[in-house]
Amino acid sequence: MEAVAEKPLTIPGFPRPLKNHEMIVNMGPQHPSTHGVLRLELIVDGEVIVDMIPHIGYLHRCFEKHAEYMSNYQQVIPYCDRMDYIAAMSNDLGYAIACETMLGIKVPERVEYIRVIMAELQRIASHLLAIGTFGMDIGAFTPFLYCFRDRERILDLFEQTCGARLLYNYIWIGGLSHDVPPDFAGKVADFCTSFKPTIKELNSLLTHNKIFVERTAHVGVLQADVAVNYGASGPVLRGSGVEWDLRRNDPYSIYDRFEFDIPVGRGEVGTVGDCWDRYIVRVREMEQSLRILEQAIGQIPEGNVQSAIPKRIRPDSADLYVRTETPKGELGYYIVADGTTSPSRVKVRPPTFVNLSILPAMSRGAMIADVIAILGSIDIVLGEVDR
Amino acid sequence: MKELLVDLLGNELLVYVLMAFVPLLWILPFALFAVWWERKIAAHMQDRLGPMRTGGWHGWAQTIADILKLIQKEDIIPTAADRLLFSLAPFVVFIGAYTAFAAIPFSAAYVGTEINIGLFYIIAVSSFVVIGLLMAGWSSNNKWSLFGAMRSAAQVVSYEIPIALTLLAVVMIVGSFDLQEINRAQSGSILNWFIFQKFPLLFAAALIYFVASLAEVNRTPFDIPEAESELVAGYHTEYGGMKFALFFLAEYANMFAVSIIAATVFLGGWNSPFGEALSGPLWGVFWVLSKSMGFVFVQMWLRWTLPRLRVDQLMYVGWKVLIPFSFVIILGVGFWVLLEG
Repeated sequence: MEAVAEKPLTIPGFPRPLKNHEMIVNMGPQHPSTHGVLRLELIVDGEVIVDMIPHIGYLHRCFEKHAEYMSNYQQVIPYCDRMDYIAAMSNDLGYAIACETMLGIKVPERVEYIRVIMAELQRIASHLLAIGTFGMDIGAFTPFLYCFRDRERILDLFEQTCGARLLYNYIWIGGLSHDVPPDFAGKVADFCTSFKPTIKELNSLLTHNKIFVERTAHVGVLQADVAVNYGASGPVLRGSGVEWDLRRNDPYSIYDRFEFDIPVGRGEVGTVGDCWDRYIVRVREMEQSLRILEQAIGQIPEGNVQSAIPKRIRPDSADLYVRTETPKGELGYYIVADGTTSPSRVKVRPPTFVNLSILPAMSRGAMIADVIAILGSIDIVLGEVDR
Repeated sequence: MKELLVDLLGNELLVYVLMAFVPLLWILPFALFAVWWERKIAAHMQDRLGPMRTGGWHGWAQTIADILKLIQKEDIIPTAADRLLFSLAPFVVFIGAYTAFAAIPFSAAYVGTEINIGLFYIIAVSSFVVIGLLMAGWSSNNKWSLFGAMRSAAQVVSYEIPIALTLLAVVMIVGSFDLQEINRAQSGSILNWFIFQKFPLLFAAALIYFVASLAEVNRTPFDIPEAESELVAGYHTEYGGMKFALFFLAEYANMFAVSIIAATVFLGGWNSPFGEALSGPLWGVFWVLSKSMGFVFVQMWLRWTLPRLRVDQLMYVGWKVLIPFSFVIILGVGFWVLLEG
């Protein structure tokens, strides 16, 4: 940005024009509210954003290249964990479904149910973190810790199942790494009943707080057509009023068996597609995930979770694109197989990378404090943006 | 008290020097306690325990350990900073907060300097803090610090107006700027406290004063000068070690100063809530301190409950809500006083 516009300001009666510079401010990569190592180059006029250039790549770990050099398909899964590390289960699920489709594997019913339960628990955990950090960006510290308290209980459930709390390597191609512990269904049911009051608490502490509404309503408005043109997905797209959820519109796994609603932003306190709408979509999605969980835990059939795991994974030459709805949006895997035991190419379509590309368009004309709110409402994870 | 000391020491200058240190005897322990207290309050509001280890009982020595750590820190001045202003700023801020204590009455028998324009003096010297904040923000040579400084200058200047106006309502009733005079005017029963008088005008005045004082001392929801999620730490981003500690000390001293003024002007100051019972110079200290600690607690409570306003919304609240209402209160109280004769 070498040429920053310089508009001289003339004041009647004052001998020479005053200089009126726009200022470049660097937000990040070391900044408390960029949710990781994102660097935003802000061009500001006072506190108003004239333009913004996001710089990414600080967390680039060559996921796609690593995937090509693994000696087999299964070894890619731990790398999938490390993309959106807030929702590792959902990443694994997408990759596993892609490989299974390529190989033509039908996984046992028990596996399907456990996968859905894990994916929905993960969705709640991811949204809790998104909501908590969003509140913290706005300045409310306490809801963040309430969210973390309940996210911790989900992580405990995961830990009891596979031993890991963040990066699970749990969903394998054709099955799961472990069966769930004996009383898992009961523990999930306990979580569901005890989590509902938390949503109420969150609503009274944050959602309908006057200051919170003032800070988020009418801020960072994203029109539905703009959202679609940019390729937004997940709560960012639904916040703009577009009812699009791959669990419903392009069902995978066994999502077509469950009843759930797709919450969309309706501009209840401001304009359709503002930060508050994106926020409330996440809150309501947690309620819908609870509905799916309650339906799923009653129906888990008996079975062996590892019976369909192939001994050797060697798909024929093929290429395919499989997409799933992660908490952040549409996560797509484009896998090219060349008949060997390792993928020739694994291209990822990360939801947060695409959603982040709308940030400059939403931020122009807003204030510095709004940029923080808008960025928080997009809910990015730099591990996935940079891969 | 001054006469007593002059008699004892026989030297008036020595007494003045000695008296100047008396508020420090309160501010330092208060800051140490309040930091620990705030961390405990925050923790218990958030389902945590807060500091539990240092010193044994509920981590009581945590802030002492923090201070010891801050003292040992290397005193870093950024290369591009304006060295003189950078080093001076924390002291200017602290002086602004500290000098206000000279005129604050802690009891019927003790006030640093009994001047007849005490309230006026406190409002005047507490504006001094802005200069220090601007100095800190400008001299750091950091754009985020500058943002913080500009925000705080705009904020403190605008919120001083509702503060001054609401205090003026009480001054009109008492007819004096002398804080001891204001205290004495509220003696007798609890109903004589100004918060209960000229209902609802002075009650509203107390509310406006409290809201504006939150902004004056940069507490949530008006903590935008140091908004940690936007400006990292605002004007004191570049400060470390004891210079940072001085900013911190000034913040807590200011918190207490606005609280004790609220307690003195609206809640009867050192007057006992039970009329003549439990009153007297020593009980006075107890009452005024517990009333102000109540206000400090509410400040902390709000901080851990509310989000933060945006800078333009803050200006809106100040200029379009608090100031017009303060004028209405002044007008109302003025007519009331006039009619009562």
